[in-house]
Amino acid sequence: MSPAEQNAVRQSARNGWLLSVPALVVLALAASGPLLIVVYYSFLTANDTGGVIRQFSLEGWRGIFLTYDIFDEEYRLADAHLTIFWRSVWLSLTTTLVTFAVGFPTAWFIATRPAQQRAMWLFLITIPFWTNLLIRTFAINEVIRNEGILNTALIWLGVIDRPLQIVYTETAVLIGMAYVYLPLMVLPLYATIERFDMRLLEASYDLYASRWRTLRRVILPIVKPGIIAGSILVFVPSLGAYVTPRVLGGGKKMMIGNFIELQFLQGKNWPLGAALSVTLLIIVMGALLIYVRVANRDRSSDHG
Amino acid sequence: MAERSFEISRLPGFATIAIAAFALLYLPIFTLVIYSFNASNSVAVWGGFSLHWYADAWANQAVKDATVRSLVIGASAAVLATTLATLAALGTTRRKAFKGQTFIYVMINQPLMVPEVVTAVALLIFFGIIKVATGYQGLGYLIAAHTAFCIPFAYLPIRARLESMDLALETAAADLYASPWQTFRRVTLPLLAPGIMAGAMLAFVISLDDVVITEFVKSGGQDTLPTYMLGQLRRAFTPEVNAISTMLLGVTVVLLTAFFLLTRKKD
Repeated sequence: MSPAEQNAVRQSARNGWLLSVPALVVLALAASGPLLIVVYYSFLTANDTGGVIRQFSLEGWRGIFLTYDIFDEEYRLADAHLTIFWRSVWLSLTTTLVTFAVGFPTAWFIATRPAQQRAMWLFLITIPFWTNLLIRTFAINEVIRNEGILNTALIWLGVIDRPLQIVYTETAVLIGMAYVYLPLMVLPLYATIERFDMRLLEASYDLYASRWRTLRRVILPIVKPGIIAGSILVFVPSLGAYVTPRVLGGGKKMMIGNFIELQFLQGKNWPLGAALSVTLLIIVMGALLIYVRVANRDRSSDHG
Repeated sequence: MAERSFEISRLPGFATIAIAAFALLYLPIFTLVIYSFNASNSVAVWGGFSLHWYADAWANQAVKDATVRSLVIGASAAVLATTLATLAALGTTRRKAFKGQTFIYVMINQPLMVPEVVTAVALLIFFGIIKVATGYQGLGYLIAAHTAFCIPFAYLPIRARLESMDLALETAAADLYASPWQTFRRVTLPLLAPGIMAGAMLAFVISLDDVVITEFVKSGGQDTLPTYMLGQLRRAFTPEVNAISTMLLGVTVVLLTAFFLLTRKKD
C-alpha cells in the first residue's frame, strides 16, 4: 500500500469512529455504563431503608441461595428463592418448547405459500410482534380470566359450571409468554425454511422415506440454525420476563424479573437485587454466546 | 390441480396448526378491541356498541397527561435516536473494516441483548445518584433512557438501506465537483431518507411501547400510557384500559404499515 492509500484508510477509520461516537456516548451513559454500577452495588451492604451503605459485603451474593436464620444464627438454603429460580427456568424452557411446537408448522406454512402471499402472512405475524407487550398481555388476560371469553363460552356450552381458575397460576404465565413470544420463534424459523431447498424432499420421498422420517432426518437438521435462533430469542426474554408474570401471575407466581423488582422497589435489599440482576445477565450472555458459536459453526460448515 | 395430488412440501397437520396459530394470535386482540366498544359496565357481558369508554378515557386528566408524556418522550427519543443512529450507520458502513468496528456493533446492539429489567435496575441506581446530585427530576432521564434503547432499532433499517445503496451515484457527484457536504446533502441523504423514516418510526413505536424501563426510571407523576395502564391493574379492570389499548394498537398498526411500505423492495 502506498503512503497515500494508508493515509486514506486511516482517515476512513477515524471518520468511522467520529461518526459513531455520539451514539456510543448515549449508549454508555444510559444503557451499558450503568450495568457496571449494578456489579459494584452487588458487593455493598444493604441499607434497611433502601439504597446501600458503601461498605464491602458478600451478603447480596450469599442471599441468592441462602437466608440467615436469626434464631439459629446460621445460614439456610433459601427455599423461596429456589422456587422462583426453578419456576423461571422451567417456565422459560416450556415456553420455548410450546412456541416451537406451534411456531415450526406456522413458519413452514408461511414459507410454502406462493411468493405473493408470503408477505401478507409474514405481515400478520409481524403486527403482534411489534404490538405493545402489555397490550398483548391484557388481551390474553381478557380471554383466560374468570369472567373472560373462554370461561364464559365454556359455561354457556355447559362444559363447566364454575369458571376455571387460570389467571394467577403458572399455567397463565406459560400461556401468556407463549402467546407474546410466538412471533420471535416464527420469524427466524421462517428465514431458514424459506432458503430450504424443496428438491431435497423429492429426493427423500424418492428414496422411500416416510413424511415423518423426512421431517426428522432431512428437514430438522437443515433448519437447525433457525431452531436455535428462535429458541434463544424466546428463551432469553422469557427468563427476564417482568410484565407477563406480573399481570397474569398476579404477584403470586413471581419470576426472576419480578423478584429483582421486589428487592429494589419494596424489599429494600439493593445488593441482593443487584446480585440477582448480574446473575440473570450472565445466564443470558451465556445463552447468546452459545448461539453465536453455533451460528458461526453452521456458517463455516456451509462453506466447507 | 387434481384434488388429491401429492404436494411435495405439504406436511400433515401443519396447515391446520398454522391456521389455528394465526387464529389464536388474533383472537385475544380482537376480543380486546371489541370489548373496548362494549356499552356494558361489566367486561363479561355485551351491552351493545358504545364509545362510552373512549369518552371516559378522553375525559380522564391522568390519561391525557400520560398520552402527552408518551408522545413527547416518543418523539424526542425517536428524533435523537434516529440522528445518532444515522451518523453511526454512516460511520460503520461502506468503508474498509476498521479496528474497533465490532466493538461499535456490540455497543449499538447491546440494548437488544441485555434483559430489560436489568437495564431498568441499572438506570434506577445511576439516575437516582444523578437526581440526588443535581436535583433535576424532569423528563430528561426518560428521554435519555428511551433514546439509548431506541438506537439499535433505528440503526438496523438505516444500515440496511445504506448497504444496498449504489456508491456510483456519490462518486459521480464527486466527479462533477460536488463538495463532500453537497454530495451528502443532495445525493446520499435523499437516497437514505426512506431508511431514516423507517428507523424513526420503529424507534417511536418501541418508545411508545416501553413499560419496564419507564416503570423503574420515572419519578413520581411521570406515568406514560403503558405505565399508567399497568398501574390500573391494582384496581378493578375497566374497559377504559381496553379503549386506551385499542388506540395505542391503532397507532402501532398505522406506523408499521407505513414502515413496510417504506422498506418494501422495489421489484
